[in-house]
Amino acid sequence: MTSTTSKPASTGARFVNIGERTNVTGSAKFKKLVMAGDYPAAVEVARQQVENGAQVIDINMDEGLLDAIEAMTTYLNLIAAEPDIARVPVMIDSSKWDVIEAGLKCVSGKPIVNSISMKEGEEPFLHSARKCMDYGAAVVVMAFDETGQADTKARKIEICQRAYKLLTGIGFPPEDIIFDPNVFAVATGIEEHDRYGLDFIEAVAEIRATCPHVHFSGGLSNLSFSFRGNETVRRAMHSVFLYHAIPAGLDMAIVNAGQLDVYDQIDPALREACEDVIMMRTPGVGADGRTATERLIDLAESYKGKDVVAEKAAEEWRSWDVVKRLEHALVRGIDAYVVEDTEECRAAIDLAGGRPIEVIEGPLMGGMNVVGDLFGSGKMFLPQVVKSARVMKKAVAHLIPFIEASKEPGAKAKGRIIMATVKGDVHDIGKNIVGVVLQCNGYEVIDLGVMVPWSKILEQAAEHDADIIGLSGLITPSLDEMVTVAEEMQRSEMTIPLLIGGATTSKVHTALRIDPAYKGPVIHVLDASRAVGVASQLLSDTQAEGFVSSVSIDYEKVRIARANKGQSDLLSLADARANAFPADFALKAAAPVEPGLHVFEEWDLADLAETFDWTPFFRAWELAGNYPAILTDEVVGESATSLFADAQAMLKKIIDEKWLTAKGVCAFWPVHADGDDVLLDDGTRLPMLRQQVKKSRGRANFCLSDFIDPAGDWLGGFAVGIHGIEPHLARFQAAHDDYSDILLKALADRFAEAFAERLHAHVRTKLWGYAADEQFTNEALIREEYRGIRPAPGYPACPDHSLKPILFDLLKASDNAGIVLTESQAMLPTAAVSGFYFAHPESQYFGVARIGRDQLEDYAVRRDVDLPTAERWLRPNLD
Amino acid sequence: MSARESFLAEAAKRILITDGAFGTEIQNWKLSEADYAGTLGLSHDQKGNNDILALTKPEVPEAIHRAYFEAGADIAETNTFSANRISQADYGAEHLVREINVESARLARRLADEFQAKDGRPRFVAGAIGPTNKTLSLSPDVNDPGYREISWDTLVDVYKEQAAALVEGGADFILIETVFDTLNAKAGVMAVRQLEAELGREVPIMMSMTLTDLSGRNLSGHTVEAFWAAIRHAKPLTIGLNCSFGATQLRPHVKTLSEHADTLIMIYPNAGLPNELGEYDEMPDTTAGFVGEWAVAGQVNVLGGCCGSTPAHIAAIARKVGGMAPRQIPTLEPVTRLAGLEPFVMAS
Repeated sequence: MTSTTSKPASTGARFVNIGERTNVTGSAKFKKLVMAGDYPAAVEVARQQVENGAQVIDINMDEGLLDAIEAMTTYLNLIAAEPDIARVPVMIDSSKWDVIEAGLKCVSGKPIVNSISMKEGEEPFLHSARKCMDYGAAVVVMAFDETGQADTKARKIEICQRAYKLLTGIGFPPEDIIFDPNVFAVATGIEEHDRYGLDFIEAVAEIRATCPHVHFSGGLSNLSFSFRGNETVRRAMHSVFLYHAIPAGLDMAIVNAGQLDVYDQIDPALREACEDVIMMRTPGVGADGRTATERLIDLAESYKGKDVVAEKAAEEWRSWDVVKRLEHALVRGIDAYVVEDTEECRAAIDLAGGRPIEVIEGPLMGGMNVVGDLFGSGKMFLPQVVKSARVMKKAVAHLIPFIEASKEPGAKAKGRIIMATVKGDVHDIGKNIVGVVLQCNGYEVIDLGVMVPWSKILEQAAEHDADIIGLSGLITPSLDEMVTVAEEMQRSEMTIPLLIGGATTSKVHTALRIDPAYKGPVIHVLDASRAVGVASQLLSDTQAEGFVSSVSIDYEKVRIARANKGQSDLLSLADARANAFPADFALKAAAPVEPGLHVFEEWDLADLAETFDWTPFFRAWELAGNYPAILTDEVVGESATSLFADAQAMLKKIIDEKWLTAKGVCAFWPVHADGDDVLLDDGTRLPMLRQQVKKSRGRANFCLSDFIDPAGDWLGGFAVGIHGIEPHLARFQAAHDDYSDILLKALADRFAEAFAERLHAHVRTKLWGYAADEQFTNEALIREEYRGIRPAPGYPACPDHSLKPILFDLLKASDNAGIVLTESQAMLPTAAVSGFYFAHPESQYFGVARIGRDQLEDYAVRRDVDLPTAERWLRPNLD
Repeated sequence: MSARESFLAEAAKRILITDGAFGTEIQNWKLSEADYAGTLGLSHDQKGNNDILALTKPEVPEAIHRAYFEAGADIAETNTFSANRISQADYGAEHLVREINVESARLARRLADEFQAKDGRPRFVAGAIGPTNKTLSLSPDVNDPGYREISWDTLVDVYKEQAAALVEGGADFILIETVFDTLNAKAGVMAVRQLEAELGREVPIMMSMTLTDLSGRNLSGHTVEAFWAAIRHAKPLTIGLNCSFGATQLRPHVKTLSEHADTLIMIYPNAGLPNELGEYDEMPDTTAGFVGEWAVAGQVNVLGGCCGSTPAHIAAIARKVGGMAPRQIPTLEPVTRLAGLEPFVMAS
């Protein structure tokens, strides 16, 4: 059977956190528990790993005094009985094949075997690999051959390439190969060891380029072996190493995530010294007569037993009493002292015989109530509220161990709300903002993240006895997924309210499609500032009933209005075609100066920052107004200015320290219009949709193909994405810093949009070159005064998201720009833009809007899909 | 052409039909203990040992196979769901495992060949292997969660004995069905791999999971997507769902599996949910209507029935989907798909 429907299912983790505490060789505590046969306590270690965010857990029982086969079997069988541990995949870690095979006989999912190698030659290596295929496991392959462990870059590359060839030769799936090219100790004083860190990083990049689909793993603790006992230096070295190795391709590491420093918070002197050593930036003896290693060793002396964070100068408010200080910190969003203030408050309450929870119930909630009131009365704005939440989270994080130790119930929240971005969608800025606002107002928010299937939403709602479910989505296919969630909630006979939010959602869609699917209350929430009002009314004993019935009356009105609208304003497809836009093809653009495909590996971030359109950035934070006028706006000016300053500071770091990489691709193809389709010379068909709404005053019924000459013409396409955000988001999340998290995501979106704008200008003036001498200011670019358009699949002029895979295939966008699509055609990385280039001077944006059944049926045939598929993708354009 | 190639060629043309329930059909014969026991002289009561009928009353399974072929089935599933050493031990018949499977496969083969000779349309025999009543990933003792009633190696041997006999009797494929424990299924895959190594040829696997709760997990706790990740190495000819509940409850899970599996999808649900008397009373046209929706949505390649379905149900399904286009197999990107109880995808 031929496979014609290509499925872009590649959504997934970019950097995998492997829990390493369940390893007897790495954790003295775990070893002690297993040796003592205290398996229940050993199982708890695994549970904590998963709770702390380990996505895979590494299990190793290689200890001389232990029957490793027995211990591995016992332990794996025990954790199989714990659903909250067994939900994640296992890494079976042993240097002995017998132990690995015993483990494989116990693991019901698809595990990773760690590790096999060519140490004993090709035959035993392939024997183990075949077994892994029969058991269904991915493998870590150590860079080790008959002559020993690979140390140099050349040996790492040679061994891994040889292993790859052997494995793929027996049909081993390349995506199930994870190379570990050996992290060795640097700064040992032995000159041959100096290159070990850099060799690893360079080898990874080279192997990745030559062995498609493989992954890379490494154990970090070896790297800093010479600095045993000096945790500050070791942590800094690990962070610096990851900072450089991850962009090269390292995508999993066995590391204690809690013991990594935030790269840009490492003392700059130490960070520089680590980078000099690891990246070999200053080979040989420097001007001061010392090598990089010697400089790091000297510097390391000063960190022995010291904390990196220096005392900050006390300011005036620091002399106030502690409750007042906490309130001040919350309202102003200052997190520098919150842990010590919280601790002071806790100790005082403890001394007075109180409980740690009282810190939250008293001063912290008091401060947040002030924040909530200021926000509710329009005196504080979202960016400040999110900053306040960051302070609150840090305080609570400090208190949790005390609260748990005293075994008392948690603070009573006003209500518990499950939030999720639905399956197939990856956008979460808005959802995170809503979550933060709700938390600030005393609600407990359980955020399930992005791409969450309905089954998990329902399961978590039941498990946590949630009071409300909130769904978010940005792209149109998410609307269908929300209907599915509503249907499944109905199927499970749930009754709790369902909140709907996100850019494509609307009151009309909620009323027409989601509300009828679920008998419980369904409420569309327009923006974050409404979320608290809606939640508090829904959960109020006295107001809930009235609120729900007023919303349902409102939605019924929407449905009646819709039903009465009738069909009269649609033309037949034939009539709409007869009223096509008559472009003057004498004016069409000449063939591109540089046809073919153009790849941009790394567009200059500073160049993009100059092209930013800041207005949508402020809109993301629910600050209304145009940039730059918004900075001096009477109402939101102060808040906007402060946000803008934070954004500029982060922007500088992003550019200076290369946090992000802008990758893009564009191409031009000879085409002609074939009816409403754009047909490439290579036979690829791009069916377009035509407006069918009856026009007045001689306006045409537009279709994008109207801008393409049936006698022969050119079409362009592009995809740009901003990469590398994950490690930075991970460290912000680890620091409970929602503010920086959202700020960075919003900036990444701006980079993507700016990249699309800059690339389009480059195309007009150079690559296609039809407007070689255009000169526009940034403001004029933002107003789209240039010639030509770049409509994107999934947006009004070209509403079918499913054209995106075709565009991506043409551009080889996943290879060339690293962008992949989810099942709902959302792009990953999230900050990405794609579209088509039309160059005709009369080309213009329009919205296809509502279409008739006749065009749907015609389109399904042209698009070569069945009717239900076409209906699914075009639902927003149908009645 | 190998059986795999021939099956793929047929599946490219149309939605194939597999057969329906045996257990509920056999009940209609109202057999006595003596009918089951025949002249084998076994010490245990044989009533309810449906699989042994291949030896003691072969006209019963033969008539049922015939009825399903007449109803339009392309595939006969052998009447061997419990014909393994573990389940047969309950009837004191474990020494007959090979014979039951060989004879059951021969019977199905003979009828398949007979019907194929009549109209030239290929018919296939799937050697059915049930899950046994032992589970590799769960402890039967709540106080000792690490305990297991059976070991991996034992279960692999049990499955291999059955699979070898089914292939000997003429089965085209091994159907590992009603998988409630994913680790049992993986042991089944290993058994077939070992059999292939001994025979020196491929024995294609068909794999079918059963769900135990509406959120879409089997008894060992795996979601549909996690299950697929865990057994994808079997390179199964078909992957699918059977038994569980009725078609309406399976709907969202069929969709999920159809989107994620790059092989043929085979679904054979129960005829609805049993009524308060434990009987299935969903009408053939009702079942056909439900499963027909999957066909319309392009989500299935093979359809049939499980508990409560009859030749009339299969005929109704065959009528409903006749002439409809089969699902097209999606091409998946080569990304790493790991699984615990839940799937975990690593980006490429």
